[in-house]
Parts: sequence; structure tokens; C-alpha cells
Amino acid sequence: MKLPDNKGYFGEYGGKFVPEVLVAPLAELESAYAEAYADTRFWDEFNALCHNWIGRPTPLYFARQLSAKLGGATILLKREDLAHTGAHKINNTLGQGLLAKRMGKKRIVAETGAGQHGVATATTCALLNIECVVYMGEEDIQRQSLNVLRMKLLGAEVRPVSSGSRTLKDAINEAIRDWITNVSNTYYLLGSVVGPHPYPMMVRNFQSIIGKETREQVLAEYGNLPNYIVACVGGGSNSIGIFYPFVDDSPIKLIGVEAAGKGLSSGKHASPLMAGRTGVLHGARSYLMQDEHGQVLTTYSIAPGLDYPGVGPEHCYYKDTGRVNYTSVTDNQALDGFHLLSTTEGIIPALEPAHAIYYAAELAKDLTKDQIIIINLSGRGDKDLDIVSKATGVRL
Amino acid sequence: MSQLASVFTTPEHKALIAYVTVGYPSIEATLEVVPLLASLGCDVVELGIPFSDPLADGVTIQEASYRALRQGVSPLSCLDTAARLREKISIPLIFMTYYNPVFSFGIDNFCQACLNSGIDGLIIPDLPPEESNELETSTQQRQLDLIYLLAPNSPEERIRVVAQKSRGFIYLVSLTGTTGARERLPPDLESFVARVRQKTSQPLCVGFGISTPEQAQRVAKIADGTIVGSRLIQLLDERPLNKLAEFIKSLRKALDNHH
Repeated sequence: MKLPDNKGYFGEYGGKFVPEVLVAPLAELESAYAEAYADTRFWDEFNALCHNWIGRPTPLYFARQLSAKLGGATILLKREDLAHTGAHKINNTLGQGLLAKRMGKKRIVAETGAGQHGVATATTCALLNIECVVYMGEEDIQRQSLNVLRMKLLGAEVRPVSSGSRTLKDAINEAIRDWITNVSNTYYLLGSVVGPHPYPMMVRNFQSIIGKETREQVLAEYGNLPNYIVACVGGGSNSIGIFYPFVDDSPIKLIGVEAAGKGLSSGKHASPLMAGRTGVLHGARSYLMQDEHGQVLTTYSIAPGLDYPGVGPEHCYYKDTGRVNYTSVTDNQALDGFHLLSTTEGIIPALEPAHAIYYAAELAKDLTKDQIIIINLSGRGDKDLDIVSKATGVRL
Repeated sequence: MSQLASVFTTPEHKALIAYVTVGYPSIEATLEVVPLLASLGCDVVELGIPFSDPLADGVTIQEASYRALRQGVSPLSCLDTAARLREKISIPLIFMTYYNPVFSFGIDNFCQACLNSGIDGLIIPDLPPEESNELETSTQQRQLDLIYLLAPNSPEERIRVVAQKSRGFIYLVSLTGTTGARERLPPDLESFVARVRQKTSQPLCVGFGISTPEQAQRVAKIADGTIVGSRLIQLLDERPLNKLAEFIKSLRKALDNHH
């Protein structure tokens, strides 16, 4: 069966838990997306810009030294870090930006945590000549000041969010409030496979270009599909993007890696799939980090892009069906993965995929050369140098 | 007829509905203020159960919710507060909260606890009729009213759906926006209310943005009730509660003299 169903559900997850004022706009979005989806000209434009502007297809790179050092499986990296702006986020902002333009929207609002989605949105809005407002928690503005400058240089307005925990979840609250208020001329460009239907489906479809390319590349180069695909999971867009074109290939093991922060037992983590229970946040039912009264908890991870208390409904469904195995990796382990890739391959990864690198490296040791592991290298690490220098005590 | 529906039996009487966040600034304050509101002519009180992510609310109610949560207010303490209020006053009490605290409590358990505490109805702004089957069944079994909202951008077919499903009254959101006091109400308020009125004989109450007697009077000319929240919350900070009492009296007077 093709998911989501017509009410936006993946099994029991997803849906449209939104205030009445957003019901009509979501219906408008759904039908505009359906029209665009069926229009080959829309995809022609998307694909041409993916190629010429984002730089797709991104390479599928054989990590020779990393594989040799671990002495096990053949490790391939899907190089989303080489996409324009340095992460996979741009695939989705381009797709939704073109949709917003098609819908005649004059203004785009977005949220950002680490700033990667904000930068990708600002970049896309500059290309398409659409006004751009990005909400960002005050806490994150402090942590990611370079990305704030990038957004400003691209012509976006960055609005600090001082409510609640002043991080990503509050930035989403504020972006939704803006959308509620300016709904007639504004498009809400959500950055992950979360939120009310049709966002989880739409973002997945735009991001699944990652998996489609990977499939063609691995078949062309190795004549085989991989044995494992490993990706990190915050909201879950890069992982769904690479998993989705492989979900029907049951022998391939799909592994999603959440952020265990300082350890699942410490309570300081961002692992709703591993340690949360079902709830409703930002318009969808999903696994959610919440207290015993249903109040949403503040999350923690060294990787700002994984710092979110909910997770995409499609991931929740795959967890329950067992199609994807979910696991988690701590801050310190992610830092090990970060250093490992930097020194063996000359590639400094973002802290988010560093979680996937650590897990894949452990996995690779017990496998053999004829087995292929693909890691989705969802972004580059330049944005994280400040965090890494603090965490490792290296003075700049 | 439910307690809530009986508020609207005399068409010339315009209902005044007050919203307070439970536990803001303290549980004691809630226990003191709600009976005062009832004595000054409020017909219904909405008790807000604070939620960590109130995305339909503006800054005033966000801040009140945040502060209440920091003091440890929970759905359980709100139920307890409601039960204590019920011993003192007889006007209908409604819980207003977001879906997750209800879902987390367990829908049946929550509805049963509401009934035990003397709650008359529920408003859940992030739960449109399409997602509310379970709560619908559970509230109906216990004769709790489940009140739905309509917004100025609700299309015609949705007005029909909501009019059919809403029990007690229909909550009309005056504007496309979040809660919070506004200097001006939108110019198309009259036509919005008239569009809904054409399709249903249910009581219509207007909320969001109403903060002055003039605005309340304008609403009273076209609808059956007025809902006031953020302005009231702002006045809860001031002690003694004279200003708040004057404000409620002025609203009551404006509603009674709407002709």
C-alpha cells in the first residue's frame, strides 16, 4: 500500500492536528502539490536546478582508507555534503520554493535550528526572488552565528525566538504562528519530514532524490544493491530521503541513528524513537519526548540538527513494522566518528552524520569486503567547528 | 439540554465567556478569580490547562502557560482546581487545552476525570473534527460538550461540518491569527458571522483579540457570546483585583446594552 493514506497517516502516525485557520491552507497546499506532482514541467525545472544550481548528482564515494582501516565492509559515502550550501536541506527547499512560486506566494517563512535549513531556505528565496523570514531560537542564534550572517547576506530576515526553550521546537511554534497570521500571502517552508500532512510526504518526495541517485550509482559501479544503509535521524529528512527508494528491497538493512546525547539514561538526549512515547506535536502524531503529563521535553544533542523532540511519522511507522532498525549514538561517539572520517578521508563531516559514521564504523568491523555499507553523509562540518573546539578543548 | 446550551436559551442575553490559565499566577489566584468572574456576570469560564507548545496562542497566554508550568501545574492539578471551583460556583466550566496533554492522560480517563470534576465541556484548538473521533465518542458518552472552532477562512463545506458536530456552541475565531488583545477587530467580522449564521442555529461565540467593551458590544450585535482571554490574563497580574473587576463589569454592561 502506498503511504501516507489520504488522511496523511502512516499507520497510526501523522495526520493533521492543526488549528482551524490552517485547515483550508493545508488543503490548498495539498492540491497544489498534487497538481505540481503530476506536471512534468515542474519536475523538469526541479531537476534542471538540482543539476546546475545544487550540483547534483552528488557523488557516491568509495571510502578506501576508512574501509581498509576498519578491515571489514566496503564503505560508500553519499556526498550530500557537496550539495550547494553544504547539506541535503537544499533539495527540499528548492522543491518547496518552486511550489510556493507556482502557488503565487510572495512570502516564505521557515524555522531553523542549526541554521542549515534556514540558509537553504534563504538561498532558495534569493534564487526565486521571494521574501524570506526565518525564525531561530535565541539559544541557536548564539550557537550558530555564522549561519545567521549567511542568511542575512542572502537577504533573509532572521527573527529571534525567545519563547519556551528558545531552540528548534520553539522556532517551529513561532513560524506556525506567523503562518496562521499571514496565511493568505505566506508559504510555510517546513524543513523536515515532520508537521501536518502533506509536509512529511512532500519533504520525503523531494529528498528521495538522494536514494534514487544512490540506487543508480551503486548498481552502475558495483552491480549490486548495498547490504546496509545508515543515516542519522533528527526529524528524519536525510534518512527518509535515502531509505525511501529502498524500502521495498527487503534484504537491504536500513539503520536510523538517533542522538543519544549524554546517554539515554541521562535524560539529556534527542531520541524520541528510542526513548519517547506516542504523542502529538506540530500537527502530527509521532513518537515524542514528553513528561508524564504530556508536556514536551527540551532535548539535547551536540548536533543541533538532531535536537528535536519529535520525529517524522513515517519513521515511527517503520519502527513499528521493523522495516528500519533504529539505534542511537552518544555525543562522544559522534565526535569519534567526526575525527575518524576527517583523518582517514580528508572529509570533515557535520556532527549529525558523524552519528551515522560512528555506528557504520562499528558495524563494518564485523563484516567482509564483499558487503557494502552506504552512509548518508548529509552535510559538511564547517558549521560545527566552534562546537567541536569547545567539546575537545582545542583552542582556536 | 446541557448546562452550557442553557446559557444561550434567552436570545437577548449575550453570554460573557472568560478565559483564565489555571495556575497563573498561582492556583490560589485561580480559586479566587473564577468565583469573582462568576459573581460579576460571566456566564461561562474557560479554564486553560497549560501546554508547553501553545501554537495557537499569542505572547500573553504563552507567557502565562509557561509560568504556570514552571510552578508544576499539570492536568491533574487543573482537574483538582476545577473540582474545588465546582463546590463554590454553578456556572458552566470548560477546559481549554491542546491535544497532547489529553492524549497523554488517556482520552477516556481524561473525560471521566472531567465529569468527576464538574467540567461541562472541552475546547481543543489543535483538534479539528477530522481527527477527533475518539474524543467525540468519549465526550458523548459522558455528556460533555465538545466545542469546535471556525475561522474567517473556513470554507462553506467546513462550516457545515463544524456546525453539525460542535456541541454547546461554536467558537468563531475573529481573525486569522493567534490569541491576544488587539486594538482593532477585522472589518469583515460581521460578514463572517453572518456566513456561519446562515448555516446553523447553534449559538455562536466570538473570541481572539477582544479586549474592550466597544469590541464586545460590536460582537454582541451579531453573535450570542463574547470570549475574553488575553486582556484578562494581563489584569491578573495586578493586585488587588479592582481593575479586573472593573473590566468585567464594563464588558457585562456593554453586552447588556448592545441594542
